[in-house]
Amino acid sequence: MQELDIDVTALLDQMSRDLIQKMVDRPNPKMIGIRTGGEWIARELHKRMQLPEELGVIDIAFYRDDFSRIGLNPEIKPSDIPWEVEDQHLILVDDLLYTGRTIRSALNEIFDYGRPASVTLVVLLDRKACRELPLQADVVGMQLACSQKIKATGPDPIKIIISEPVEVTV
Amino acid sequence: MKARLTAPNPQLNELGKLKHLLTLEGLKQHHLTEILDTAESFIDPNTNKIKKVPLLRGKSIMNLFFEPSTRTRTTFEIAEKRLSADIESLDIQTSAAKKGESLLDTLWNLQAMQADMFVIRHAESGAAHFFAQHVAPGVHVLNAGDGQHAHPTQALLDMFTIRKKKGDIFDLKVAIVGDILHSRVVRSQIQALSILEAREIRVIGPKTLLPEHPEVLGVHVYHDIEEGLKDVDVVIMVRLQNERMKSALIPSEKEFFKRYGLTEKRLALAKPGAIVMHPGPINRGVEIDSAVADGPQSVILEQVTYGIAVRMAVMSVIMSNAAQLTQYQAEQEQAALSEVEMENAQ
Repeated sequence: MQELDIDVTALLDQMSRDLIQKMVDRPNPKMIGIRTGGEWIARELHKRMQLPEELGVIDIAFYRDDFSRIGLNPEIKPSDIPWEVEDQHLILVDDLLYTGRTIRSALNEIFDYGRPASVTLVVLLDRKACRELPLQADVVGMQLACSQKIKATGPDPIKIIISEPVEVTV
Repeated sequence: MKARLTAPNPQLNELGKLKHLLTLEGLKQHHLTEILDTAESFIDPNTNKIKKVPLLRGKSIMNLFFEPSTRTRTTFEIAEKRLSADIESLDIQTSAAKKGESLLDTLWNLQAMQADMFVIRHAESGAAHFFAQHVAPGVHVLNAGDGQHAHPTQALLDMFTIRKKKGDIFDLKVAIVGDILHSRVVRSQIQALSILEAREIRVIGPKTLLPEHPEVLGVHVYHDIEEGLKDVDVVIMVRLQNERMKSALIPSEKEFFKRYGLTEKRLALAKPGAIVMHPGPINRGVEIDSAVADGPQSVILEQVTYGIAVRMAVMSVIMSNAAQLTQYQAEQEQAALSEVEMENAQ
């Protein structure tokens, strides 16, 4: 296994610059992080962008499409969106975009709060080749291959280690 | 070989998790806190509103109320709708049972309609246990009140309300006042308070409305309400269950109010900020004064609201446990298969 320690700070700096540019036509955006990893990333981006409204946090446990197979996550906590969603430009943040099912659940939950004007999707890491649903992020920190494994710890500091199997030739 | 000292709890599955909710008796603290914590997640922390979620979409729940009920039945129905389940509320009182059909035949007929969960209220103690014994594997039973035996979801919503208002149940002194003898709610409340380790549980009422040896329940007994309310954090009033009384157990309702009714003056003996609860329906001027029922310390209507979140939590936890059991069994089966394959390969 080959391990790679990611410079998360540099990625977040770049992502916030890309995001500010992306949101030029979408005034007064409000940010939502998906618990838990997405919330960590969202807090950092929220700070860097100096958004005036409080950060929203959602827990997608009640919206997962595998409830009848694996049941509830015992660590479930209430979602907390402290402002109106209706007609707002939202920035939805997660740490990893993988199959796309988490984002689908998050969108379903957001729409239960109201109909936003738009949703911009931001992820730190994107495993595009593993996608099972037709979703893509607007701002991505780093692209990964399906074979790469991720170990994340946080929230302060956020540490990401990527590892991948090394081919051994004889 | 050692003999088994206690029968296995019929409401727990092979993983020790709830598959039915029939009573709180025999449950552990983690069973209760899991439900209370899940209920917390159904409430929007900013508005106290309870959200609709798609958790039980495609699941079929039947509400069987063999005994009249407004509050419990309505909150169960709302809870089921908020979980996006398909629901059917059957007016059993005026249907099959009235025509002489046995409970077991009623159950089998309803089961043939593909229910995933039954919510049952019955005037006979043990009716929910009976249902649970006879349902097919994979079908769940919730007790919405059986005779004088148990009303576990009411007790859980009471615990949830106390937790919301007081932070924790541990270290609280709780007084339960009124007709203790006939109340299934009180039995379940005492069990819940004991499991959650309340500091002190007091029951207050005349001897005729208390069980013969109340101390075996682990409670302190008071016949003088003024003595019993001193320094308590929570006052739970319960209704006179006239329909269950077989003889005159109190001189009159007026006399009962004079001796045991909760008035502002009496409430002042409890701790400042003590909360007043009542599982309903309330009889103003019989067990509680209107000034107290509608006063600033009353949380009676919040109990009703929280009842929806708690019932949503009970149903989701039970269905989640079923999913986890199926997953576990599939893994076990897979492991056994792999072992056979390994043996065959050797």
